[in-house]
Amino acid sequence: MNAALTCTTTPEDSLAVTLTGDWLLDAPLPDIGPVLVRLRESPAPANVCFDASELGDWDTGLVARLVSIRRDAQANNIPVDESGLPDGARQLIALAFAVREREGARRKARDIGFFAGIGEKTQRVAGRSRELLEFVGELMLSFGRLFRGKATYLRSDLVQYIQEAGAEALPIVSLISFLIGMIFAFVGVMQLENFGAGIYTADLVAVAMVREMAPIMTAIIMAGRTGAAYAAQIGTMKVNEEVDALTTLGMDPIDFLVTPRVIALIIMLPMLTLYGSLMGILGGTFVGLSMLDVSIVQYATQTVNSVGLNSLLGGLFKSVVYGSLVAIAGCQQGLACGNSAMAVGESTTRAVVMGIVMIVVSASVLTVIYINLGI
Amino acid sequence: MQGNAGHIVARDITVAYGDFVVQRDLDFTVNRGDVFIIMGGSGCGKSTLLKVMIGLKEPAKGDIFYEDVPFWASGEDEREAMKRKFGTLFQSGALWSSMTLAENIGLALKQYTALSDAEIREVVNYKLMLVGLAGFEDYYPNEISGGMKKRAGLARAMALDPEILFFDEPSAGLDPISARLLDDLILELRDSLGTTVVVVTHELASIFAIGNNSVFLDADAKTQLATGDPKELRDSHPNDTVRAFLRRGAPEADAA
Repeated sequence: MNAALTCTTTPEDSLAVTLTGDWLLDAPLPDIGPVLVRLRESPAPANVCFDASELGDWDTGLVARLVSIRRDAQANNIPVDESGLPDGARQLIALAFAVREREGARRKARDIGFFAGIGEKTQRVAGRSRELLEFVGELMLSFGRLFRGKATYLRSDLVQYIQEAGAEALPIVSLISFLIGMIFAFVGVMQLENFGAGIYTADLVAVAMVREMAPIMTAIIMAGRTGAAYAAQIGTMKVNEEVDALTTLGMDPIDFLVTPRVIALIIMLPMLTLYGSLMGILGGTFVGLSMLDVSIVQYATQTVNSVGLNSLLGGLFKSVVYGSLVAIAGCQQGLACGNSAMAVGESTTRAVVMGIVMIVVSASVLTVIYINLGI
Repeated sequence: MQGNAGHIVARDITVAYGDFVVQRDLDFTVNRGDVFIIMGGSGCGKSTLLKVMIGLKEPAKGDIFYEDVPFWASGEDEREAMKRKFGTLFQSGALWSSMTLAENIGLALKQYTALSDAEIREVVNYKLMLVGLAGFEDYYPNEISGGMKKRAGLARAMALDPEILFFDEPSAGLDPISARLLDDLILELRDSLGTTVVVVTHELASIFAIGNNSVFLDADAKTQLATGDPKELRDSHPNDTVRAFLRRGAPEADAA
């Protein structure tokens, strides 16, 4: 039988609520609006009483409704007579009202204006930049301690980070660099053939890979792969209070967690870049030889002559810069992580975004500097 | 509907991680309306047994019967339907950190009932009142204390009016008074809703305050040593290990 509710005013001026049928959560429940309206009307009823003699099965659906009625009645200072209700429901209602609501706990919806919103966001960005600068400062101090032999860290950790950020990244770096080299060669062959200068595809691929593409692509791969992992590792350690545990033992979390990771990336990213350049040139050679009418010796000579030591060192220096940026973004976001699963996700996302933005911005700056220096 | 054999019956359960057997030959019966304690020393497999009961881990052997229906031998769909009658409070609440308390409690209501948003809000408000957290609807789990998380977890476990409530170490990490209040709440819920309660704990105060039936698991024997009312086990069980555990290792003469 469906749940139903009727309310009548008795001759004694009390509001009699009659409950019938099964009041269960999985069936539609009757509207208690009429009761609530009656409670607010004046003259107010002397009290509220219930008749549940026809009530069937019930669960939370009933009790939640009765709690609402009682709360409204209390707000209007109308006594509630619950003697007509089943024992279990009476106990549950009593239990619900046993603990008073804590003063000031309830939150009001915050409504800030458009400009105030912009202001808050701006301040947050300013705060974040400040945090990042502070972090870089801390990292410098930590490097100072490291060189004076005063930093606490585990050699085995460092070796493991180097392995994770180096050898284990080889497959993805190979794949991406090889394909990028091929793409460059395709573009080069298509355009340069028109001028009968197809052989210069070798120069195009070699210079592009060594000077720009290998450093940038490897760095972006590592931002997504290793920077994100750093943020998630350190962030989870923060959530589990592992970072606090280090601090209480007198170990600086930056010395212990951050510096070895930064070192690992600074060492490994140039190596991966070198390897990536080689793979890119191989990819280019593959396309060049199959599309152009040149011999492998010609192509190789052309490639070797096109890349000077300056280009090579310039590219490697870039990758050192990118490596430190990726590691800084990952570790800083990890340490700034809040204390929930959500927060770990947010800082990981932010680490990758920040890493990639910093890579691209510094790439532009470095390219301009290189051009002016004539490298 | 009520089977004669009891609300929950474990038959010949063996739980193992790979080849490593945690507990074997478990046989016990939980009656409707019992507060059933799964007790034993640390590392004896209490929580693993709980996982088997709530469907997170398949037993290596044996089965759990709910109202005479085998749980693990049933099909996926029937198991899902049975699970809907369970409510579980995990050790540290396990609230979803991306949702407010109201959303945490309302999720199951939204999924499995036809209630409107306003009605869900009403039910959520009532559930939070029951656990003494009225007014905290819009808080995120990381903004409240550990004890409050536990109570919010209980409100979530009760969202669908479960027939069976499972508790994993409800008093762990709570001060004695909060632990006592939680115990009282468990009893109140049992009395007013007729819920069957299964509690994993090794807190003696809780065991005697709320338990009227129990199973004692032993890590060395890798099986149950006793089952029954914990007070009777303490006073008259023939096994020394069981008595010593329930007397906190104190010799019998000192114990009340």
